[in-house]
Amino acid sequence: MEDKDKKIESLHLKLMPYLEKYGILLLLVIMILVMHILQPDVFLSWRNVTNVFKQISWQSMLALGVFMVIVTAGIDLSVGSIMMLSLMILAVVAKAGAPWYIVVITPLIAGFLCGLFNGLGITLLRMPHPFIMTLGTLYIFRGTGNLISGGTPISGFTDEVRYLGHGRIDLQWLGLEKSQYLPVSLVLIAIVYIIFWIFLNHSKTGKWIYAIGGNPNAARASGINVNKILVIVYSLCGFLSGIGALILAGRTDSGYPNAGLQSELDAIAACIIGGASFFGGRGTVLGVFAGVMIMGILRNGLNLMDVSSFWQQVLIGSIIVLAVYIDVLRRDLGTRK
Amino acid sequence: MSSTINPLLEAKGITKYFGTITALENVNLKVHAGECLGVVGDNGAGKSTLMKVLSGLYKPSAGSLFFQGKEEILESPRDSQNLGLEMVYQDLALAGNLPIGENIFLGREPTKNLGFIKLLDFNKIKELTNAHLDKLKINVKSADQKVEELSGGQRQAVAIARSTAFNAKVVIMDEPTAALAIKEVGKVLDLINSLKKTGVGVIVISHRMDDIFTVCDRVMALFQGTNFAEANLSNTSRDEVIGWIMGKK
Repeated sequence: MEDKDKKIESLHLKLMPYLEKYGILLLLVIMILVMHILQPDVFLSWRNVTNVFKQISWQSMLALGVFMVIVTAGIDLSVGSIMMLSLMILAVVAKAGAPWYIVVITPLIAGFLCGLFNGLGITLLRMPHPFIMTLGTLYIFRGTGNLISGGTPISGFTDEVRYLGHGRIDLQWLGLEKSQYLPVSLVLIAIVYIIFWIFLNHSKTGKWIYAIGGNPNAARASGINVNKILVIVYSLCGFLSGIGALILAGRTDSGYPNAGLQSELDAIAACIIGGASFFGGRGTVLGVFAGVMIMGILRNGLNLMDVSSFWQQVLIGSIIVLAVYIDVLRRDLGTRK
Repeated sequence: MSSTINPLLEAKGITKYFGTITALENVNLKVHAGECLGVVGDNGAGKSTLMKVLSGLYKPSAGSLFFQGKEEILESPRDSQNLGLEMVYQDLALAGNLPIGENIFLGREPTKNLGFIKLLDFNKIKELTNAHLDKLKINVKSADQKVEELSGGQRQAVAIARSTAFNAKVVIMDEPTAALAIKEVGKVLDLINSLKKTGVGVIVISHRMDDIFTVCDRVMALFQGTNFAEANLSNTSRDEVIGWIMGKK
């Protein structure tokens, strides 16, 4: 009897690290299988898969930015507004006739500066919680975006500006058909996620971001300049929102007042589904990617099945609660003695 | 005996105000190589404030610090670490979500160059961690274990290992046994004794007379932010030291 218990326990100990790391991918695979069974002809078709990636492209940038912030035990509610403001600045600059390379760079700079503003506000003004600062800038940035654009959509960008969101990489040289192309936005997601994976896991600054989330006092006692790291994190989050704006500009060919409305909540949801903890110090880049994918596939699959968007809201909300509950259960098992 | 040579660390006339509150007034302290100084005092006597001044976390309002005979001004914990002055905090100051090795090297991680970017050298961290833990005879399952999975005593051991990983000359420990199970206290005290043998100066702040009388060579008492009494361990008794804590001589 005791032997059996011991065996189960050691099995737990062996499995736990893998479950913690890859459990969320398992959920993703299960979802893909279920969707495939429900929609065998459409769901895994080239067209639909690329569609999913195009749909999640800009959300994946916001989610990655918010994820870094959440790792420090912070929150950024302003990413949707940063993206909207960056998009509006891009649109205004494009309409003013600036060359494409200037237009392409403006949202990145604008996003970075918005993030810097958040970071400096949180640290210099000694805000009791980043929630407050970024709740404020959620309004400030969107308001500013409407002020500079007059609250009306601005449409029509050149192909160079639209390349990241709209571009296609032809794969006919591989013997594939013309309709079987690779969206540029998918390649961009891969590159950005790999860079940030390396940054968070293999650089000193990345390690310090996790340390701050784990115990800010430990980080401080180790001589880490916590405020400086926080400013970097919020700035990078803004920068990623700027990339999101550039992708969205390509996808919609327009700067519009409702861009990214409530997308901060989608970004947070993707992080939480992907295993990040609000208490900080926990979560992986791979998990965030899985979180973004799960939300994207859910929306896509439900659309394919003609489920009303109201039901989609109910389901996404339920998945958030369920994902975190599974996490709680898993932790209980993991700490079993 | 050791008082004839220069102390490793000496604090002279340390005064610290927080607004209108005087936390420390004209406090002196010294510790020699291979010596353990016990600092005792009631809650609010100024022990923790003094240690934070020594570790560079607080800047003193007045007074000066001498390290190996040379006056030093500490702007941050990094400055004191660079001198070889390390602090083990009561709350341990470890990041539970990180593995043992990464905690030991937090803020001072070894890196390797990959072209123009610097990446963390995880193999080296592991190698150095194992060697260092072996040297201190600290037993853990693996250097990759997360600190939050360790017992209180193991955490304390990691905190001490962390403080000594970079050729520390003076290690300051704030209540090193306060949060430990009884069977773990002995191991931590053994660790302190082996540190002394390597020539490290140790300052131990503790409420526990057992700790003080097991590892310390000298004891000093703070009372209401001032030096109250000091003696070699051989010249005093538990009852006398307890009296000092309560302000009686």
